[in-house]
Amino acid sequence: MAGIFQRISTIFRAKADKALDRAEDPRETLDYSYQRQLDLLQKVRRGVADVATSRKRVELQASQLNAEVDKLTTQAQRALEQGREDLAREALTRKSGLQQQLGDLQAQHAQLQGEEEKLVRASTRLQAKVDAFRTRKETIKATYSAAEAQTRINEAFSGISEEMGDVGLAVQRAEDKTQEMQARAGAIDELLASGTLDDPSGTYKDDITRELDQLASTSQVEDELAALRAKVSGEIAPATKPVAPAIEGGAAAPKAQPAQQPVADEEGQS
Amino acid sequence: MIVRILGEGQWRVAPEAMQSLNELDDRVADALRKDDQEALQSSLALLLEQVRAGEPLADDDLVESDLIIPDSSASLDEVRAFLEEQGNGEGLIPG
Repeated sequence: MAGIFQRISTIFRAKADKALDRAEDPRETLDYSYQRQLDLLQKVRRGVADVATSRKRVELQASQLNAEVDKLTTQAQRALEQGREDLAREALTRKSGLQQQLGDLQAQHAQLQGEEEKLVRASTRLQAKVDAFRTRKETIKATYSAAEAQTRINEAFSGISEEMGDVGLAVQRAEDKTQEMQARAGAIDELLASGTLDDPSGTYKDDITRELDQLASTSQVEDELAALRAKVSGEIAPATKPVAPAIEGGAAAPKAQPAQQPVADEEGQS
Repeated sequence: MIVRILGEGQWRVAPEAMQSLNELDDRVADALRKDDQEALQSSLALLLEQVRAGEPLADDDLVESDLIIPDSSASLDEVRAFLEEQGNGEGLIPG
């Protein structure tokens, strides 16, 4: 097989040989290489930790988005109960936007999990090889003269070098992935902080949000009142409200109104 | 014949499997020439399947591989980058 993969293997090997040429006494090479191996192990462990952090952040965001989706569902239902189909439609539109984001997040999460598992495996493999190398290194140093040791050193060295090259690549890749995720996570954080989706008609959005919130709070007040009344009169408050009928299409879309006063709404922080 | 799959480890592959590995290698080269990501992915996937059917090496084996194969998620650009790597002793292989 002298094709693509032969060439890739040669690249790995050439680099390992280069590294070998550095030391005067081949036995020094052993110590130097061992040090590098320990460094790389450290790096892999850091990589695992970074990916895990990134994964947890994605999990947190997903649960925040989920809460947001639930909230919009409730808002849509309340809007319908009060005959505001336009508001209900708006809430559901936003919800569907958030659900798309959620889908993206889930895909990212799966990717991160994959990277994490790979790195953990790589770390185990490298650790085992480093231990084997250390044993062999001591044997070589104790038993052979520098000249005799050369062949054995080369053998031990080439095996571990390849592993190190491979693991180094895996770490690099995980780092790239993590950075990419962090950037996207930042964008979603902003989205969650603003409590709204990107909407070309920004001013109108504020009004809608305010109206939805108002509906929600009015309903909440009504719910609490009902619960209190029930308490006072010794009744048990109904646990669930009847489910609103499904929306049917065909209603006119809400028309944008100019904003009287832009309201900086700091809601949506669940 | 020892084969490494990048990021996955090493396998011992029987000599009789070499014939089909060679064919798949040609298909990968072909895919690179034609800039065909799909063909690259499918031939890589087949290749990896064959390698994984071999006997996995123990983690503490210090053996050099005869062949190194990128994993299935490799893109055309990544494989090309591998091949264009100019060894500077610090990139792929830490000393």
